[in-house]
Amino acid sequence: MEKTSQIILSEKSVKELRRLENLYPEKKSIVLMVLHVVYDQFGYLKPAAIDEAAGVVGIPPIDFHQAASFYTFFPREKVGKYHIQVCRTLSCYLRGAEELVDYLIEKLNIKMGEVTEDGIFSLTEVECLGSCGTSPMMQINDTYYENLNRAKVDSILDELRKKAKSG
Amino acid sequence: MAEYEKILFKNIDQPGQDRIETYLKNGGYKAFEKAVTNMTPEEVTEEVIKSGLRGRGGAGFPAGRKWSFLPKDSDKPVYLTVNADESEPGTFKDRELMEKDPHLVIEGTLITSYAIKCRTAFIYIRAEFTYAAKQLIRAIEEARAKGYIGKNILGRGIDIDIIVHRGGGAYICGEETALLTSLEGGRGHPRVKPPFPAISGLYGAPTIINNVETLANVPHIVNRGGEWYASIGTEKSTGTKIFCLSGHVNKPGNYELPMGIPLRELIYDYGGGILEDRNLKAVIPGGSSVPVLTADKIDVHLDYESLAEAGSMLGSAGVIVLDETVCMVKAALNMMRFYKHESCGQCTPCHQGTYWLLRILDRIEHGRGTMEDLDELIHICDNIDGNTICPLGDAATPGVRSTLQHFREEYEYHIEHKKCMVSMAPRFV
Repeated sequence: MEKTSQIILSEKSVKELRRLENLYPEKKSIVLMVLHVVYDQFGYLKPAAIDEAAGVVGIPPIDFHQAASFYTFFPREKVGKYHIQVCRTLSCYLRGAEELVDYLIEKLNIKMGEVTEDGIFSLTEVECLGSCGTSPMMQINDTYYENLNRAKVDSILDELRKKAKSG
Repeated sequence: MAEYEKILFKNIDQPGQDRIETYLKNGGYKAFEKAVTNMTPEEVTEEVIKSGLRGRGGAGFPAGRKWSFLPKDSDKPVYLTVNADESEPGTFKDRELMEKDPHLVIEGTLITSYAIKCRTAFIYIRAEFTYAAKQLIRAIEEARAKGYIGKNILGRGIDIDIIVHRGGGAYICGEETALLTSLEGGRGHPRVKPPFPAISGLYGAPTIINNVETLANVPHIVNRGGEWYASIGTEKSTGTKIFCLSGHVNKPGNYELPMGIPLRELIYDYGGGILEDRNLKAVIPGGSSVPVLTADKIDVHLDYESLAEAGSMLGSAGVIVLDETVCMVKAALNMMRFYKHESCGQCTPCHQGTYWLLRILDRIEHGRGTMEDLDELIHICDNIDGNTICPLGDAATPGVRSTLQHFREEYEYHIEHKKCMVSMAPRFV
């Protein structure tokens, strides 16, 4: 039997899209919120998922792709299970962000922008995350890790690696 | 060390302050009840005008006056948009308010909505503040369950809803017109003003955009009166301000203090002085978009007027402290990388100018600069300033201009010796 086009959005995502659909005075306002739904499910903006979400809410896919190429929060390609974003802006730089980056590169044995071979970690640098009083810091997926030092980074990475391997 | 009354941070460290039960126990939503029961919307606006409260996002425009610009006879709905896109480097105050005392932000939003007759308010929060967004959403649901949000609030025939809208990681969306374009579903491109948003904003309707900290002041002003608020701080910069202290100090963090306190007091009394007792080199007092102050300006008072007189700006009050080991060329380069990354690309002077400024700073930093480059930097700044739709262009240049003005010898040293004059002590251990 011929396979029909596969549905990749989860029930939870579709439910959230339905909630958003009529929430705003003008429908197009939900573009970024829809991208968040796709990002929350896949960890990046999977193009097929964007198109499917566009169909669910009835907004042309181009509106989403235009936004996706402007807003840098959403990775546009698959990243590690744990996506590490190090803030490099001034206050963090003053408290050792460059050394933090060097340390992560050494520990993970990848270059900036790469994913570890086991797919567990990916590493990028980003601009100010609004955590300047607790620098240096990094964001891993949705969580901020602040006031970092080597020992803290070691234990964070160990814990996440364990978590990734146990499922 | 002088002790000052905290207003916004009064209850911030109370356990459970983020829950409505604790917030109510600590006097929460009394101001909102007072406003809708005993005051007309115009009286609320009048009280805020009397308080002298100025916008805490950076521009410092009087909040109540902004509200009074709304057209009186429009047939379109009025919108309130809370600017929670906190992204100015060195600024992290709104995040703390939203995470720890979300109901204060919600109550400020509700009172302001009442004052400007808005039925749908939006909180535009930067994408990375996931936890703060969750806190706000939960606070809204708690407030809805208690009848403070929704239809016929407190039986007064008022309807107000609040929608938390998450951004996409773009500094430019903190600029009020870019925020509106973004909220309408587009790329975050600023718009030409006029028309100002109060006349034609979200969906072409009259719209007020206020910063989180600004709105968090409103419940206190309603509770205790505009005159009381105006008695704090200085004559023209009233109230308290949350100063975000970061960089080379022993105790970085948010400090709520009256407007007009000396910079020295903030850094040495509250911030515990410079790390390892090193010498202070420079301070950026208002987020990375304002000119650098040299160490000899340490006695300047932190208010809009005094900082302008000293050659800088209060901005968002993100106070970044640089010790003697910082290479100012490297600092300028770091800031420029930010603005180049965040330029929306709409105006040529900004998107080309930041690109060239970054390239030139980078080659000076890496020992490939020439003395002519120093004139070229200023020339490019001159071509950006005042020539763009929004203030991002103007925000990108003060870092270069002021470091070049005050620390020219470091630029020249870089060009002559192909290395930094000083090297920063390791901090990540």
